[in-house]
Amino acid sequence: MLRFIARRLLEAIPVLFIIITATFFMVRFVPGGPFDSEKVTTPEIRANLEAYYGLNLPLHQQYTNYLKAVILHGDLGRSTKYASRTVNEIIADKLPASLQLGGLSLLIALVLGLTAGVIAAVKRNTWLDYVGSSVAMIGICVPTFVLGPILVLIFAIHLGWFSASGWYSWQDRILPAVTLGIVYAAGIARLTRGGMLEVLNLDYIRTARAKGASEARVIFKHALRGGLLPVVSYLGPAIAGILTGAFVIETIFQIPGLGREFVNSAFNRDYTLVLGTVILYAVLIIAMNLVVDVVQVWLNPKLKFE
Amino acid sequence: MISPAPEKLPSAEVTLAQLEKGVSPWRDAWHRLRRNRLAVFGGIVLIVLGTLCVIGPWFSPYGYEDTNLDNTFSPPAAAHWLGTDQLGRDLFTRLMYGGRISLMVGLVATFVALTIGVIYGAISGYAGGKLDRVMMRIVDIIYALPFTIFVILLTVMFGRDIKLIFVAIGAVEWLTMARIVRGQIMSIKRMEFIEAARSLGLSRPRIMFRHMIPNILGPIIVYTTLTIPGVMLLEAFLGFLGLGVQPPMSSWGVLIKDGAERMEEYPWLLIFPGVLFSLTLFSLNFLGDGLRDALDVRSAKD
Repeated sequence: MLRFIARRLLEAIPVLFIIITATFFMVRFVPGGPFDSEKVTTPEIRANLEAYYGLNLPLHQQYTNYLKAVILHGDLGRSTKYASRTVNEIIADKLPASLQLGGLSLLIALVLGLTAGVIAAVKRNTWLDYVGSSVAMIGICVPTFVLGPILVLIFAIHLGWFSASGWYSWQDRILPAVTLGIVYAAGIARLTRGGMLEVLNLDYIRTARAKGASEARVIFKHALRGGLLPVVSYLGPAIAGILTGAFVIETIFQIPGLGREFVNSAFNRDYTLVLGTVILYAVLIIAMNLVVDVVQVWLNPKLKFE
Repeated sequence: MISPAPEKLPSAEVTLAQLEKGVSPWRDAWHRLRRNRLAVFGGIVLIVLGTLCVIGPWFSPYGYEDTNLDNTFSPPAAAHWLGTDQLGRDLFTRLMYGGRISLMVGLVATFVALTIGVIYGAISGYAGGKLDRVMMRIVDIIYALPFTIFVILLTVMFGRDIKLIFVAIGAVEWLTMARIVRGQIMSIKRMEFIEAARSLGLSRPRIMFRHMIPNILGPIIVYTTLTIPGVMLLEAFLGFLGLGVQPPMSSWGVLIKDGAERMEEYPWLLIFPGVLFSLTLFSLNFLGDGLRDALDVRSAKD
């Protein structure tokens, strides 16, 4: 197990390196620089600004300086838009909201999806199954940026149960997290149902029943374990989807998260902030994928860390 | 308690003439597809919507940028079936024009993804061995990356050129296709007819494109159908973030964004584009699922 994790961690290094390099050169080769929209009146001020951010150095030197700072000190540099703030500060400021939103959404997706999937599989071809499957299809097909505003319209504006935007009390977390989680709840429900149905007819389930295990035990201890496999492999893409899906959710609900900051930073051509957020997202996603892989092997020893 | 449900057999009404002629797998699939009500519904909706978006604007008395400041935010009425927006532009007309863009992005970007995915997957599956392992590891790695982020970066940095949107989205969505094609190629490459083609001394590209790919068209068609909604969703996602096509042009994603901003007072501006877009995604998914069942594509679900 440890060797497997170590190998995956080693593999992550070149991947991260490629991401950093690609993003670094991409943001520098695009038309338009970070100081185009500023009130840079004279060439002298501009030159000073560029010197301050090290943008006057040769490109390869900028690149090695950046890598050195990131690797040795974990320092992502200074925002070119907000000169008084470092990227690390901005991330520390904005990341918690995004993580909360993402974590809650994932929780909702798992709880709703697994429950619905297990019920649909156990009660298959009953009305419960049909209703569940239809609702899941709706969940998959209605995009978050349609669902979100509609939920706001109904629950915030007409019923007045929640506020339409903001991120202050715990009630403010509910609508955004539900909006973001529901697509993945639907996906998880479908996969759980499919996975459980495949497993429920296998011999080892019959064995469990023959040994006199209770129905609940058969379903939750034996069948669910097999049914979870496709769900777990779906979690990697799902987590990536939740992280990027948060961009839209944060915009709709005016949440002070990193996703909105990232989109703005790209608009502002805030080189360092763009780079920093991309690196952070890459690290997050790679780490989550590693966790998912480990869980997958734990659930299915047949995979044996191939 | 849980009994295995009886498998549904495709009960075809076969006439003697048909029996004599035999039924090709494609005809067989077509029969099965026609029996799937949801898939048929999806297909019909798509045909209607597609036709409406392509030829509808020619019959509309309004252009997509015709403003009328005396009649802003008109609710649905006889003159404007779906109402008007903040500049008095006819929403129905704008939906049809926006649909052209959204559907076009869906088709073109899917085509890009299809091309990359099929070629990549076919090479990987056919070559096998070390090359295959490396190529698939690359796919695994890219799969795990925040690729939406790169699409956003590309569109922000290089301007919102629609051609770029095609390429950027296509470049993200080819991965599943590559995996599926590889799996299929691997499963047929040891079959006799491929051995036969090889023993005839045919070139590799010829074996690949003449003999292998036509034999795995089923899965390719199914996943192409299922890729289109994903692509359209990504385009609308970009549009919603303000990264889509530029005004006064618009796509469904942009219309949804505009509608969401004013939904409090003028909900129809959100409801109509939202419903239309969701309906399209529904139809594509139903059609895709129906095709999967009809063509009996089981393996390599994503």
